[in-house]
Amino acid sequence: MPFSIKKQEDITLIDVEGQLIVGNRQELKQRVLDELEGGARKFLINFTQTGYIDSSGLGVLVSLSKKIREHGGELRLSDLNDDLKTLFELTKLDTLFLISENREKAIESF
Amino acid sequence: MSRQFVALELEFPSDVGQVERVVRLATDLCRELKFPHRVSDLELPVALSEAVSNAILRGNKEDPLKTVRVRGIVSDSALIFEVYDQGEGFDLHECIADPTSPDRITLEGGRGLYLMDQFLDKIEQEITDTGHVVRLILNR
Repeated sequence: MPFSIKKQEDITLIDVEGQLIVGNRQELKQRVLDELEGGARKFLINFTQTGYIDSSGLGVLVSLSKKIREHGGELRLSDLNDDLKTLFELTKLDTLFLISENREKAIESF
Repeated sequence: MSRQFVALELEFPSDVGQVERVVRLATDLCRELKFPHRVSDLELPVALSEAVSNAILRGNKEDPLKTVRVRGIVSDSALIFEVYDQGEGFDLHECIADPTSPDRITLEGGRGLYLMDQFLDKIEQEITDTGHVVRLILNR
């Protein structure tokens, strides 16, 4: 299972356990949409264990962000390593997402 | 005279579940050749993941009877990954719009070629007798 999901109060915490790529992006999308359908509105995706994200993985994050906002919710990201920060800067997705240094800071920021 | 040898050769079914393993093996090769960390652990994985996904999804259209072949070729001057599919070919440069522009940044797709262009020294594609090949070239 490449993702684990747990709750901390009203925040849904998702840990990506490995890379976010074409082979598993649909699973992440479906699991987040299921939570959204179930009433969750605050989402934090944590990338502590992630080395790289491919274009389809980035696309899924963009798509989820839109869906969550349409439902009045928020999606935040945390724990991007230096390579991932470069990737987000290069694609300018760092301007689209609220990105926190770590999970604790992200939770405080909601 | 420039020396050249095939250091990696893989053939696998048209299944996106294969991409991560292929990229991991290519990353190992890139590390062995002492490429900078940014190249071996970000630039190559993102670019190769894109090329292999394209071969599976756009080239072979996920046909279970078709396979994808990846060759890693090392020369004195470059590391080249060739990604072969058995499809009729597709235009890698079909979408050249800038995915970072304000009107495109919220779109789900359109970042693949942009990232390949950013991360590789050169990209080539060619129709072969049995399909189509994309070459990803990293200078050493």
